[in-house]
Amino acid sequence: MLLTRENIVNLILALGLLAVPLAANALGQPFYITLATRVAILALAATGLNLALGVGGLVSFGHAAFFGIGGYVAGILAAHNFSGDPLLFGFSGTNQMWIIWIVAVAMAGLVGLAIGAISLRTSGVYFIMITLAFAQMVYYFAVSWPAYGGEDGLSILVRNQFPGVMTMVPLNYFLICYVILLAGIALFAVLRASRFGAALQAARQNEVRVATVGIQPYRIRLTGFVLSAMITGLAGALFADLNRFVSPSMLSWHMSGELIVLIILGGTGRLFGPLAGAALYVAFEYALGGLTERWQFFLGLILLLVVLFARGGLLGLLAGKAKHG
Amino acid sequence: MTIALALEQLLNGLQLGVMLFLMAAGLTLIFGVMGLINLAHGSLYMVGAFACATVAAWTGSFWIGLVASLIAAAAAGAIVELVVIRKLYDRDHLDQVLATFALILMFSEGTRWLFGSFPLYLDIPPLLQGAVALPGGTEYPLYRLAIIAAGALVAFGLYMLISRTRLGMRIRAGESDREMIGALGVDIRTLYTVVFALGAALAGFAGAMVGAIQSVQVGMGEPVLILAFVVIVIGGIGSIKGALLGALLVGVTDTMGRFLLPKLMLLFVPPAQAGMIGGAIASMLIYIVMAVILAVKPRGLFPPAHA
Repeated sequence: MLLTRENIVNLILALGLLAVPLAANALGQPFYITLATRVAILALAATGLNLALGVGGLVSFGHAAFFGIGGYVAGILAAHNFSGDPLLFGFSGTNQMWIIWIVAVAMAGLVGLAIGAISLRTSGVYFIMITLAFAQMVYYFAVSWPAYGGEDGLSILVRNQFPGVMTMVPLNYFLICYVILLAGIALFAVLRASRFGAALQAARQNEVRVATVGIQPYRIRLTGFVLSAMITGLAGALFADLNRFVSPSMLSWHMSGELIVLIILGGTGRLFGPLAGAALYVAFEYALGGLTERWQFFLGLILLLVVLFARGGLLGLLAGKAKHG
Repeated sequence: MTIALALEQLLNGLQLGVMLFLMAAGLTLIFGVMGLINLAHGSLYMVGAFACATVAAWTGSFWIGLVASLIAAAAAGAIVELVVIRKLYDRDHLDQVLATFALILMFSEGTRWLFGSFPLYLDIPPLLQGAVALPGGTEYPLYRLAIIAAGALVAFGLYMLISRTRLGMRIRAGESDREMIGALGVDIRTLYTVVFALGAALAGFAGAMVGAIQSVQVGMGEPVLILAFVVIVIGGIGSIKGALLGALLVGVTDTMGRFLLPKLMLLFVPPAQAGMIGGAIASMLIYIVMAVILAVKPRGLFPPAHA
């Protein structure tokens, strides 16, 4: 039971992601470590979205908002720590990652609660467009608010710190992100298998039945949406620290689209779908980007073909169809 | 002076609203008839602008360019419908979003491939250059007034097309019951292609008109597309009337907000911060309006009866 084809593929994916940077480190190729860190962070962001989109069937086209908010939390706290200016209500900035993570998760959750509370009153196409519009609202706010760099973005001069770890060493930072990714995937699995997860999936499959047995679909969905925003927000904070830079592009609707693409490339609603998708996406970006300047054209073409003809994504191809859906 | 300035801003808002209507009308028609969400609509806007700029540069005539933009956008729309979109009607919205997102990547990168990364410029035709005196002593560009007039004309034409012609009758029938009009012997596949091409032509027309007051560049369609989404969500997806009122509301709110809010903030905060806070709120204003409208009416102001 434990060694199903899907579990074996998942294990290979998880070990593969760990093996690449270790090998790159041994060979003295730090660039590949950064690439693997990118994969881990994008996979975490998409895992968050997968909870709303894959499990709950909520096609959010605005998750870049949470990703970017996480990023800006990291950037703003680090900037205040550097300048020494107090932030709000006498709190100062910080360069401690774990504090940043907590604030990022809390902020993304709060904004997710506000956006979700309004957006979830609608469904279908309305929901897609409204989440998109709210993400644009956050985007334009970031662009037009000059205090934190506006359109130019905000640099993090020194990567934030984690007790006992030299975060500036690429492999160390990868390992931090890797552990958080695995924790995120584990959380996703626990949530999906829980009573809450069952209700969330049931609300996707048949809203009326869920309501008939006495569960309010709205509350379940809102909870799922907020949890999803929190995970994606945490990924945003990690992403800002990886690049030591945060800009409105993290909030742009292309980012929202990319996160959905990661899930679809990997396989919708599957535990390791986001990781498979992120690995594939970053590999495409790197391989195609090396071959041609016009890689986005071919990325679009591949994506189109996947949507039209290969709906299970990479995991559907490697591990067979999802057992239930 | 301030009154004249406000009038000028109001006209700018109307002009934006009219252009948004051209985009939103196509989107809402396509959704109403085929149930399809088309993110690549902004790419068709870009195609129209590029076609107009290129042909105008070849021939020296803006007007030939304008005709070319209609033809190019309609043709691009028809081809995309035949090759890709057709396969998406039975799919869920997620697949539609992804496939049309992929189309955006291909259109944008393809255009950059053909035309390079530098923006093209499109001159205002000599006939429409110059300015008109407004009451209050300021002048307003004639071309922008022409855009408002052209948009109003197209809106009227679209209304006549949909309410008075056989094609319009079929479009309305398609909106209320797709299977039924297929069963009654209307060639529904051709109808879909025609509706898609019509929506594309409207977007291309808008792109060409706006191309003469902004630069023609890759990615120009995306901000307009998202505003058009806001418009149809406010108006009620599938409703042309909702698209018209939503477009005017969004156009005027956005423009007047940017003009008035920084001034309004002066009453509450020091001048140094008024511009910053006012500007930041103004940039979010239409989304706030949208949120308020949806909180009251989740299906927009004019939800189609059957949905």
